[in-house]
Amino acid sequence: MDNKKDNLSRRKFVKNSSIVTGGLFLAPSVISATPLYKKEKMLKLAVVGCGGRGTGAASQALKADENVKLVAMADAFQDRLDDSFNNLSKMFDKDRIDIKPSNKFVGFGSYKKAIDEADVVILATPPGFRPQHFEYAISQNKHVFMEKPVATDVPGIKKVLATARKADEKKLNVVVGLQRHYQLSYKETYKRLQEGEIGKILSGQVYWDSAGVWVRPRQEDWTEMEYQMRNWYYFNWLCGDHILEQHIHNIDVANWFIGEYPTSAQGMGGREVRNGKDHGEIFDHHFVEFVYPGGAVISSQCRHQKGCMSRVSESFQGTLGSTYTDAGNKAIIKSYSNGVLYKHNGEDDRNPYQVEHDQLFASIRSGGHINNAEYGAKSTMTAILGRMATYTGQLITWEEAMNSEQVLVPNEDGLSWGSIPPVVPDAEGNYAIPVPGVTKLV
Amino acid sequence: MITKNYLKIILSFLIGMSSEFLIAQTADNYHMEVPGEQWSIEMVFVDGSSFNMGVANSDATRNDDEKPIHEVLVDDFWMGKYEITWDQYDAFVYGRFGTDQFESESKLKDLGIDAVTGATAPYVDMSFGMGKGSYPATNMTQYAAIMYCKWLTAKTGIFYRLPTEAEWEYVCKKGKTDKLASLNEYAWFEENSQEKYNKTGTKKPNDLGIYDMLGNVSEWVLDKYSTGYYAKSPRENPWNIPSELYPRVVRGGSWKDTAGKLCCTSRQRSKSNWKIQDPQIPKSDWWHTDAPFIGFRIVRPKIQPSKEQIEKYWLEAIVDYGMN
Repeated sequence: MDNKKDNLSRRKFVKNSSIVTGGLFLAPSVISATPLYKKEKMLKLAVVGCGGRGTGAASQALKADENVKLVAMADAFQDRLDDSFNNLSKMFDKDRIDIKPSNKFVGFGSYKKAIDEADVVILATPPGFRPQHFEYAISQNKHVFMEKPVATDVPGIKKVLATARKADEKKLNVVVGLQRHYQLSYKETYKRLQEGEIGKILSGQVYWDSAGVWVRPRQEDWTEMEYQMRNWYYFNWLCGDHILEQHIHNIDVANWFIGEYPTSAQGMGGREVRNGKDHGEIFDHHFVEFVYPGGAVISSQCRHQKGCMSRVSESFQGTLGSTYTDAGNKAIIKSYSNGVLYKHNGEDDRNPYQVEHDQLFASIRSGGHINNAEYGAKSTMTAILGRMATYTGQLITWEEAMNSEQVLVPNEDGLSWGSIPPVVPDAEGNYAIPVPGVTKLV
Repeated sequence: MITKNYLKIILSFLIGMSSEFLIAQTADNYHMEVPGEQWSIEMVFVDGSSFNMGVANSDATRNDDEKPIHEVLVDDFWMGKYEITWDQYDAFVYGRFGTDQFESESKLKDLGIDAVTGATAPYVDMSFGMGKGSYPATNMTQYAAIMYCKWLTAKTGIFYRLPTEAEWEYVCKKGKTDKLASLNEYAWFEENSQEKYNKTGTKKPNDLGIYDMLGNVSEWVLDKYSTGYYAKSPRENPWNIPSELYPRVVRGGSWKDTAGKLCCTSRQRSKSNWKIQDPQIPKSDWWHTDAPFIGFRIVRPKIQPSKEQIEKYWLEAIVDYGMN
């Protein structure tokens, strides 16, 4: 990386040139007289989880508000933290990346030390750790940006929901990285749905069908714990399966547009093609039917198989018309009787990942209160409900799912590189795979 | 791989004939099978010559960046009859990169290749549901398209690269691509595309037998985009070598462009916001997230350049911090 050219040669984000147009001028929901975070006050930022996404989120926070400094970083791995620090140091002047060597925290439990140093924290580790990090951040009165999903098991969901209420009581701002809520093509479609353009939603199809994502093969000098932490996508305690990690985006759109959460789900899934030892315990496809209280039925499909049809999109059929939205920033609303009602032209749209931070910091500065944690948790829960349905092969109600006491994630504070992870391979190096019809809801 | 007999003919051309003869001689179109792959690539011979690149200053209907008109010479080459398809591109993205997949190390050295690097798998579906298989591959960066050419070169032992901007415009003009009777019969564009790209080669070809030069997907060329280049470019085989990540040139317009933008001289430039939905820092070397209208086709110079010259075409990645 250090030998490669970069696109920074003539520019760095510096004071007065760091503000992306409009960032601070977006209307916050509440204006209050609290002087605590007026713009003269320097806000201290910490990032917990320094992968590409954590680094991206940190850069967006620094661009959102010129009087923010990154003061602490935490990651399980020294190399990930160093890469992130080096990249951010190239992008921003030294006074924006103001991190003493003693404020770079590595290993399990390092999140606490980084969070302690900051006013605003970015939580971007694999999702299994999120409930514990979020709970600690709110207990320490920090504003939060956290990535999706927000948990991998039901106890985690309950922790996030309880913490969300505390954030409300404390008037702390919480933005969740379900960026479609901050993306114009989706916001405009939502607004038009609210205005009744397609009537009441009866059905829908949401998709994340692709070839799959990265794999980090086992290396000899790694402990089992290090292997799972590096190849985290394939372990449920860390990732939750791709129905959570990716497909949550599309499932969340269904919840958002319908305005409800499902009462039940049933579905099917398995591990047909991506079934090697380095593919841990997750499925490579899930197909779930979600039934909503108002009667809407949503088909949800996600697949990680090469060479198959690819699609990342959401379609809904209402009593009067239909909507189509996708990852290509398309949004099309049609009436059954009058054809196209709306077609989104997104060429000049702002980056939704940047808008998330612009709104978070604008709200902090003005004493406003944004809290996305509840819908973040409930959409994560919807994906967990789907996973339960495909793993067991049974019809599962929301209520049954919420009663699950299965703990997938151990307390991070007790972990070390020598700890035995919650799942371990057999003598041949294979992990136990859920079997529909046999696997029970616990 | 080219059939053996044909290879002999080519070799006898290159080795046995005088250079004078080479210039006078035209070569045939060919069909290239690629070792280990189910697909092949059709190449069309393009007889190089001088032509007028750009448009006259007096043409008020055209943009300033297409001016002035200037004479340019391009050498002979072959150009892909079709845009590279998803089948052809995914073979690279998901392919194996062991040494057994490629020509011998010494052969690769002669082609200026030390190592072949594979693209990372994309996080989202890069076809945006518009179709894979024999539909055109999209959303790749120019670097990725160049690395595809390097991969193809390493697999076949024949030097392939992206066209220069001059070569692209030469083929477009020589094939009378924008002078044909009805654009609707030759190209996919906003008014007839139904909001998506289409399978390659489903409209009529231009006069050289090359399909989809205009429309369907805009095509990467090798050049840096600069408005002043035409006024000072060298007369022979011009190539404005990129030094920055953005902007670089794409040509031909796409399914998203209106008919008015589909024209042999029209120039489009790459933009940083073609990665707006890439949430990571640094952003991907390999994928745009917001350019499902960008693809490419390949060329092969008739006379293979020296190792040193070839090396210049393997442009290096520039780390993208999303800054400009």
